[in-house]
Amino acid sequence: MANSENARTSSAGFLKNLVRNQCFIPIAALLLLAVFNLIADPSFFRITLGYNSAGNPVLSGFIIDIINNGSELAILAIGMTLVTAASGGQDISVGAAIAIAGSVILRVLCGGNARPETLQAPIIVAFLVACVVAMLFGAFNGILVAYFKIQPMIATLILYTAGRSIAAWINNNELPVISDPKFAYFGGFIPGIPIPTPCFIAVACMIVIGIVLKMTNLRLYTQAVGINQSSSKLNGLNPELIKVLAFVILGLCVAVAGLIKVSRVSSINYSVIAKDIEMDAILAVALGGNALSGGKFNMTASIIGAFVIQCLTTTLYKFGVSSTALPAYKAVVVILLVVVSAPTVREYLNKITQKMKLSKEVA
Amino acid sequence: MKRKMAVLLTGAMVMATLAGCGGGEAAPAAETAAPAADEAPAAEEAPAEEAPAAEEAPEEAEAEAPAASGELITVGIINNDPSESGYRTANDADLKAAFTEENGYSASFAYGNPAVGNANEDQVKAAQQFIQDGVDYLLLSAADTAGWDTVLQDAQAAGVEVILFDRTIDADESLYAASIVSDMDKEGETAVNWLADQGLETYNIIHLQGQMGSAAQQGRTKALDEKVAAEANWNMVEQQTASWNAENAQQIVQSVISSGKEFNVIYAENDDMAKGAVAALDAANISHGVGKDVIVMGFDCNKWALEELLAGNWNYDGQCNPFQSSYIDDVIKTLESGGTPAEKVIIMEEKGFDAETITQEDVDTYGI
Repeated sequence: MANSENARTSSAGFLKNLVRNQCFIPIAALLLLAVFNLIADPSFFRITLGYNSAGNPVLSGFIIDIINNGSELAILAIGMTLVTAASGGQDISVGAAIAIAGSVILRVLCGGNARPETLQAPIIVAFLVACVVAMLFGAFNGILVAYFKIQPMIATLILYTAGRSIAAWINNNELPVISDPKFAYFGGFIPGIPIPTPCFIAVACMIVIGIVLKMTNLRLYTQAVGINQSSSKLNGLNPELIKVLAFVILGLCVAVAGLIKVSRVSSINYSVIAKDIEMDAILAVALGGNALSGGKFNMTASIIGAFVIQCLTTTLYKFGVSSTALPAYKAVVVILLVVVSAPTVREYLNKITQKMKLSKEVA
Repeated sequence: MKRKMAVLLTGAMVMATLAGCGGGEAAPAAETAAPAADEAPAAEEAPAEEAPAAEEAPEEAEAEAPAASGELITVGIINNDPSESGYRTANDADLKAAFTEENGYSASFAYGNPAVGNANEDQVKAAQQFIQDGVDYLLLSAADTAGWDTVLQDAQAAGVEVILFDRTIDADESLYAASIVSDMDKEGETAVNWLADQGLETYNIIHLQGQMGSAAQQGRTKALDEKVAAEANWNMVEQQTASWNAENAQQIVQSVISSGKEFNVIYAENDDMAKGAVAALDAANISHGVGKDVIVMGFDCNKWALEELLAGNWNYDGQCNPFQSSYIDDVIKTLESGGTPAEKVIIMEEKGFDAETITQEDVDTYGI
């Protein structure tokens, strides 16, 4: 008797922990979408091994599409989570910054010629230059936020408005096209490996950030600054530096995402590349149940949030939702998810369940 | 110390940014100083110009004459941000190359940039400035169709002739001398007629649309929609907006391929989206181009796209002509000689290129 009681409470406790876990909402959303697709059309989960036009093996299927196309967003979500946690605000310039990073990569590879026969520099050099540039722009945003105490959204508005023009200016307003097939590896497939390269890049980013969070005090410091800046200062932290650091890390994420983006099409279009991706990245953080006002954060939940968004997009494409209605459908789902995962709503729900429990006990 | 350095550095960066932003506006202001100084000669210009016209001198001499006498036709050109698209870059470069002092013009440029402010308001302000400066002609590609009545009335009162290019506006026809535009509906029809001439047994089409509501999207969609509705063997496999974006197009086509639907035509409303679609086809080993499984169609005639045509990887590219300067030049010449343009609305000639007939010369001439 006592035993079964125990088991019941522990299983209830497990359930409660599960629901309380920050990853619960994004995972539940992902499962919900998966179940919906399973019922509507099980072929959603079919993965086939085929060959591309160059004769290399490639995997294809909706699941692959989701993991592949969600890579950039997942990478950006990493940086955006840190920025959100440290500064209590969001960077809305990531799309424009991706345009800049992509433009820098192409500029270095092309050496000023819009259609070079051969690459003018090794790809790794181009990527490193883009990293430096993107991190400098990140630092610029970070300094405005940390030292000048400008609201993050306003501070990054500068780059948001100017970024795409800067990107166009870097390449003299030309649209370079790269013909070297090696450059397409980063957004496509490496010969002989059937899994899309962006997946590997995204996983590598996740592992790196995982190790950094585990080995260093980055998580602790970021959260401390986000929760209470003055008390973190009293405890010997340098909150300004940590905020700038968060923006610089986001800059690095931007450079990686930029490489994938320009590699996908071996070209760039300044006005549409990574358009509105900042909103999706912020959304990923919100879907992960992270408070957008800063403080504690859960990186895993943000990354899962990013894949939820991509899963939703792919699902809507699959069902051929009409072009004009697509954003509306997306909005409805997003509103539901964000409201449910909002910390205040979760608290309220917790209270209700507790009350129900109390009344049960009284009865 | 470190902090001071950081502050200084940021200050410098902010200044640089502000200077960068302001640059676009400062430039026209400086440039407009020149036409203002020219105002006096501008008044005498008309009779001076009429003389060679009366003698029916050849066109070249006519163009050189004012340049030689130092009396330039002043034009204020209001355009959209050149970095908006390859089309706009080519358009801006074409205007800059045409309206030079060698050709007898003194041109000032102003741009509306939606990323920096309200493009249309900025354009209206620039137009008012140009009218105050007393330019002879105002060339306008408006960001929005509405809100131009007052300015155009001011222009008329000040004796400034207005010529619209590339985009029309909602204003009375009497307020402008001519309007030089692309006919997007015709672009769509040319493309769809070409597709119909291919004589496929069935047409299973993936239709990648541009930004919904834009003139180019509406024109290019309309012709295809009508044809699909009219013909039994034309089927729309997928119709989706990729918002001019290559990656979105890639995702949409990937999704169609993953769902195993059959298709043999990709009708993309610009070159970027066609490129994205082709990337998805390549990944799935679906052959495309001349004599292959899937017909690929694009629009805008980017140079790289025409090269794809030349290589036989794509089948068709429809032109959206950005080279309006020669048309504008003709209109100005007519007006200067005291005539009126034969038509108020001048529709530019626009080609459609077939991969089987395109030549390297076409690529060099029409690629943007």
